[in-house]
Amino acid sequence: MSELNATVSTSNKDHAERAEVFNKDEARVNWHDQTLWFIRSKRDKAAHTLAEWELLREAASQIKLNVLDNLFLYLQEFERNAMTNGIKIHWAADANEHNEIVHGIIKGAGVSHIVKSKSMLTEECHLNEYLHTRGIDVVDTDLGERIVQLAGEAPSHIVLPCIHWKKEEIGELFSKHMGTPKGNSDPQFLTGAARANLRQHFMSSRLAITGVNFAVAETGEIVVCTNEGNADLGVQLADVHIACMGIEKIIPKRKHLGIFLRLLTRSATGQPITTYSSHFRKARSGQEMHIVLVDNGRSERLGSDDFRNALKCIRCGACMNTCPVYRRSGGHSYHYAIAGPIGSILAPGLDMKKYADLPFASTLCGSCTNVCPVKIDIHDQLYKWRQVIVQDGYVAGGKKTGIGIMDFVFSKPGVYRFAGKVGRWMMNHFPFVVNNKMNPWYKQREMPVAPKQSFHDWYKERQRK
Amino acid sequence: MESRERILAQLKIHQRTNNVLPPLVVPPAQPLNLVDKLVTILTGIGGQVAKVTSWSQIKSELLGMLGPDERAINLIPELEFLQPTPLGKEPHLLENVRLAVLKGHFAVAETGAVWVTSDLMGDRALPFICERLALVVEEKDVVPSMYEAYERIGSASYEFGTFIAGPSKTADIEQSLVLGAHGPKSMTMFLLKTN
Amino acid sequence: MKVALFIPCYVDQFYPTVAIASLELLEKFGVEVYYPEQQTCCGQPMANSGFEHLAGSCNNLFIENFSGYDYVVCPSGSCALHIKDHLHSKTNEPEAKAIRSQVMELTEFLTDILNVDDIQASFHHKVGIHQSCHGQRGLKLSQMTELVAPQFSKPERLLKMVKGIELIQLERKDECCGFGGTFCVAEEAVSVKMGKDRVDDHIHAGAEYITAADMSCLMHLEGILRRRKSNTKVIHIAEILNGATA
Repeated sequence: MSELNATVSTSNKDHAERAEVFNKDEARVNWHDQTLWFIRSKRDKAAHTLAEWELLREAASQIKLNVLDNLFLYLQEFERNAMTNGIKIHWAADANEHNEIVHGIIKGAGVSHIVKSKSMLTEECHLNEYLHTRGIDVVDTDLGERIVQLAGEAPSHIVLPCIHWKKEEIGELFSKHMGTPKGNSDPQFLTGAARANLRQHFMSSRLAITGVNFAVAETGEIVVCTNEGNADLGVQLADVHIACMGIEKIIPKRKHLGIFLRLLTRSATGQPITTYSSHFRKARSGQEMHIVLVDNGRSERLGSDDFRNALKCIRCGACMNTCPVYRRSGGHSYHYAIAGPIGSILAPGLDMKKYADLPFASTLCGSCTNVCPVKIDIHDQLYKWRQVIVQDGYVAGGKKTGIGIMDFVFSKPGVYRFAGKVGRWMMNHFPFVVNNKMNPWYKQREMPVAPKQSFHDWYKERQRK
Repeated sequence: MESRERILAQLKIHQRTNNVLPPLVVPPAQPLNLVDKLVTILTGIGGQVAKVTSWSQIKSELLGMLGPDERAINLIPELEFLQPTPLGKEPHLLENVRLAVLKGHFAVAETGAVWVTSDLMGDRALPFICERLALVVEEKDVVPSMYEAYERIGSASYEFGTFIAGPSKTADIEQSLVLGAHGPKSMTMFLLKTN
Repeated sequence: MKVALFIPCYVDQFYPTVAIASLELLEKFGVEVYYPEQQTCCGQPMANSGFEHLAGSCNNLFIENFSGYDYVVCPSGSCALHIKDHLHSKTNEPEAKAIRSQVMELTEFLTDILNVDDIQASFHHKVGIHQSCHGQRGLKLSQMTELVAPQFSKPERLLKMVKGIELIQLERKDECCGFGGTFCVAEEAVSVKMGKDRVDDHIHAGAEYITAADMSCLMHLEGILRRRKSNTKVIHIAEILNGATA
């Protein structure tokens, strides 16, 4: 399984090609799909316990819209309040600067072994690799992230990093890296082994990096949500805490947490709340606390009417769990730190050439938009990205020619009717022209039966009678 | 400093007039008994609940939870269970704590969570590093939802605060729920009702 | 009330019985139905592929054909939605706007405009309803399972008026079939897998027929059913409502 991923992840294959590879093992696809659908069902159940669920979504959406429009003010308010509480604030224009800043703090602390809890922002910036090449050993402490880290992979889901791993495979991995008995795949046992192993890392690490779920402008505090307690354990045993966040993670007031915390975990996993929702306002005595505010394309995206709403995202992953394409292609098919529907509308903004395939990895079914707790118009943005990608020339020439022909045929009724007639006649008399391996439809599906008459023909006949 | 100015300049350009902040969503009144709901939710997420009517009852329960030679720390003055030991400045020394007993400000019925701030923790590491956590909350301090929770917190100037909902857990291995990931393996809430 | 019948291109060419049933059904309810004969396609395949900007002549042809009616009725949720959301014209925007407000999918028209409460048809079979995505989430033909909101379904309500019909319960009521336009060939592996899973859901629930308000979904599912030589068939809702005995 990890070998498969290693081959695919270093290639230039696009989503469709990777998804095709993923689909070679149908039993595994079923398992992946059913596991994630189950999480979607848990989300549904949890949402239905709150009669006011749709009101919460609307309020969260409006709050986030207010934040995006006033980010210039809120970020400064946040900075002011955080600094009053003794927290050091850093600003990073892009991923590289973020990595430099974090590295600088680590070097300044004189450490080379650190622990990190879940942060998609650090994934986006490829922080781990950056630090690794500079001699810093980063241990990802979230169990799912630790598993993919040991396997040399990227996480495939922003909330459930190793959802694509089976327990037998994890057992093998632990046996190799932690010396657990071969063949033991009991989740309880394996988690216990990871607990013991990671405890040692917590105890010996003097610097902890965390992500940020919410940053409250009004108070300068940040909130970090985990089920495992790994963010808290790491921070409380460290001399230095670095919290990395995208600038859009701001919320205006502390009381707004009463809305967002009611939406976040229910949307993500169907739980009412994560085990820990920790509010860091001031560092513990003797500890240094830093927050790195990262732009990396966000302020630019704010300038786009069509695509700015993607910045409302609170990284819950609900869109991935519901997406029928994600469930049947896996996170690695998207070849970006963030997969699924939200990844597909974020990535092209950063590198249109590299990620031109992602907005097309969708049937535009709209399920994502309707599970999104902050009402991002995801499927509308997917459609709009397609227009931009084509107009900017990032679509294969063959496709353009095909569409040109389509436009010609469909704008000339006579040509259209003639083409239809010929096509149907060919299908009836020379079926092998379409019923062959060159026709992707025909690989696993029969072609529709071609009737002798079109509706138009029938109608004309009826008129004559 | 340069990046800060550049980022803020970009943000200023894209600023829009928007003074609309929606009112908070007030959850509809629940006919259910709050304590019953809290107990159901918390036990559903792997926590244990003991309804008690006196501090001495808590004490005897705790004594039952502690094995011989196991280290426990109690930070609640009213609870005559072990002399509350002042904690040093070194959180690493707490690694062998088998049981920690702390007070919580209040509990939230809809999430099974208890709000605890650093002034109640002794050392901030304690509630995460101990093997078993016991939290004492008074029954009168149970609020319906996170909305009321933040009303109650208001503009308090805690330095660090956290909602703790049950024992630490993970389902990262094939969605099998395992209690006791990196934090406590068990969490017991003592719901104290005094007349 | 002047109603224009808008027939999707692939229905015109490959599933004329669906168009015939739609026409006959509307006429049964006393509707004066016009069929603009120079119609071709709504332009959705081009727009969804990112070539919205090349659909200009196609859009203008559509406007030429469909101006001047009270309603434009279409037996396809996705085509109706596409026109509703994306019909524009550089030369004739007021007409485009009018048509956008007049276009309706068939079951929507039967329910909301004709207020149909009785259907003279029988269909003594076990039938599974496939909720086509654009009709459901776009046109709100039925309530989606994502929302915490009251349940309703216009197609289901109409089908329940058909005598002898037995509607089966699915595991996943409104998951996408995987057709998605050019997606069906551009992402063939995922598209087919999605279709197979839909088909399996219906078959496990005992469906003899799978019906929907969108022939594109059914064309895709039918391709899979026929490849595996299944006894289960597809049938467009218009055909059931129009009294097909199947």
